[in-house]
Amino acid sequence: MIDALDQIFVAAKHRLMEPVPSRWQPLVSALLSIVPLLMVFPGLFALTTLLERKGLGRIQNRHGPNRVGPWGVLQPVADGLKTLTKENVVPRGAAPFIHFLAPVVLVIVSFLVYAVLPLGRNMVAVDLDAGVLFFFAVGTAAELAVFMAGWASRNKYSLLGAMRAIAQMISYEIPLILSAVTVVMVTGSLSTVRIVEAQAEYTGWIPHWFVMQPWGLAGFILFLISATAESNRSPFDLPEGESEIIAGYYIEYSGFKFALFFLAEYLGLFAVSGMAITLFLGGWHAPAPWLEFIPSWACFFVKLLALIALFIWGRGTLPRFRQDQLMEFSWKFMIPMALVNLVSAALWQLMDCGPERWLVSFLLIATPYLLLGRSLFERNQFFKRTYRFAG
Amino acid sequence: MTPLAGYLVLSSLIFTVGLAGVLTRRNAILVLIGIELMLNAANLNFIAFWRFGANPEALTGIMFMIFAMGVAAAEAAVGLAVIIAVYRRCKTTNLDEMKLLKG
Amino acid sequence: MSLPFVILALLTAAAAMGAMSLRPLVHCVLALVVSLSGLACLYLQLGAQFAGFAQLLVYIGAVGILIVFAVLLTRGDAMPPRRSLVQGRVFGLGVAVSVLGVLVWAISRSCLMSPTLPPAPVATVEQIGDALMTRFVLPLELVGLLLTAALMGSVMIAMQEGEDK
Repeated sequence: MIDALDQIFVAAKHRLMEPVPSRWQPLVSALLSIVPLLMVFPGLFALTTLLERKGLGRIQNRHGPNRVGPWGVLQPVADGLKTLTKENVVPRGAAPFIHFLAPVVLVIVSFLVYAVLPLGRNMVAVDLDAGVLFFFAVGTAAELAVFMAGWASRNKYSLLGAMRAIAQMISYEIPLILSAVTVVMVTGSLSTVRIVEAQAEYTGWIPHWFVMQPWGLAGFILFLISATAESNRSPFDLPEGESEIIAGYYIEYSGFKFALFFLAEYLGLFAVSGMAITLFLGGWHAPAPWLEFIPSWACFFVKLLALIALFIWGRGTLPRFRQDQLMEFSWKFMIPMALVNLVSAALWQLMDCGPERWLVSFLLIATPYLLLGRSLFERNQFFKRTYRFAG
Repeated sequence: MTPLAGYLVLSSLIFTVGLAGVLTRRNAILVLIGIELMLNAANLNFIAFWRFGANPEALTGIMFMIFAMGVAAAEAAVGLAVIIAVYRRCKTTNLDEMKLLKG
Repeated sequence: MSLPFVILALLTAAAAMGAMSLRPLVHCVLALVVSLSGLACLYLQLGAQFAGFAQLLVYIGAVGILIVFAVLLTRGDAMPPRRSLVQGRVFGLGVAVSVLGVLVWAISRSCLMSPTLPPAPVATVEQIGDALMTRFVLPLELVGLLLTAALMGSVMIAMQEGEDK
């Protein structure tokens, strides 16, 4: 019974495949893997926009959307209808083809990366030998799409936004990939399925997730911060910066193209959260052995929603960075810490099991963290600000 | 035409396009793009020879391609840095207008 | 000659020609990116998965973005003036076409062309990693050194002027 529920989608796919002639099997199999992805994640996008607005409203002591439907739950439908029916405006000076191509490329790229995410037991679209590499390689094309959008609009704000976005994305891509490399090093595989398998066991109630180890925890935090920056979310939302450059690279987009940008942004957020779950949070494994009756796909989506809630919480509480702080934080803090973490993971892998390796791994991360944090702290004068003219 | 010949012809076509660009275009960035194309044509040859040649299990072609890629990335970074430095001094990226021997 | 190869080859070659002949510089860069992604797909089609993804990561993620940055920093996105066919251009095209002729002639006369197709070799990531850490460890270290030197060198070159002012 439990097993059947766990494998319900896999079984359904096999059932649907049976009447298909063998010539068409590969095509139908691919379609049956892709179409659910194309339906589930946009659905999750609609849900998340509502959750985000409700959550932000709660944080800011207001109601959030509550007009459309009971408690405002139909708000995403209204938003969708609104963007679909709006006029599509293309600026006269724009390069029309690239202006059109940018959101399309962005959405395609955002969907492509889902191919390697294991959403449940036996539920991965393609189990690539180099899955993690595929994820990051395809993800980089998003930067180019952002540039295309910013450049083709022929607007100084959009170009500024695109420049900011690219600078931020390439700076934070390095710690993102370096913190993922620690996991690859310890599991010895680039395949997402094998990385999830490596985190399957439990000691007592405690799962063998990589986040439970010192290097894994540091890697997870680095990965999460970089992921926030990669998906341009607050406190790293400078490329959009409504109060400075209005909407950044998609200022000249309207109607459905604007909705596509919005969709791609959230899809990127889900994908990178899914990767964080796969790499550090045990993928679709249940958090404790007595919770294993929960279907694996449900575990994955619960973890995904928890990470989304974390992102919403961060957006509601953290103020925006300044551009120089953003760059300094990446190059002077994140990248050195990611490199130190790499050494820590290597030592963890080489040492025998026992308390020593916990101590060594922990000290190796904590000492540079304290030293680096202290030196940046003192030089940048982050201490209590004195107001000379006010008060 | 055998499959290997197809890849080799494609690779020489890309190489030639890059060469023609380097010889005819006068913008320094375009010249760099041409050089990238030529390097990539060579990489395609490595992979094609690995696939269709003898001893593919030695992985020599793939290794060569990976190292060539690293060198090409270094070349692009330094080349573009030089172009930016020259642009700051001369306010141009046109190769015909860079005539100063002494900056 | 399979159909995927023909499609990818046409796309790659057309994009390469576009990269060298379009007028707005940004269009050239985008065409270059299309051409390089076409090459990455060709690597995948040849069975070199790791090489294909590495190509995407390095050329689109790093080199493409770098060139875009250089274009923007040198204000190269303005249209270059239209020029008539000059002597240098004819000469350059002539040299390129003759090089192509020689290469194609050499390929057609080569004795390497066995019509039999060898079985597809496998190159898993694990094999590549093993090879990189054993037989090819010295080149790997050298490439690492080269990249570090290039990183520092390009930062120094690009920074120099700013300090003078």
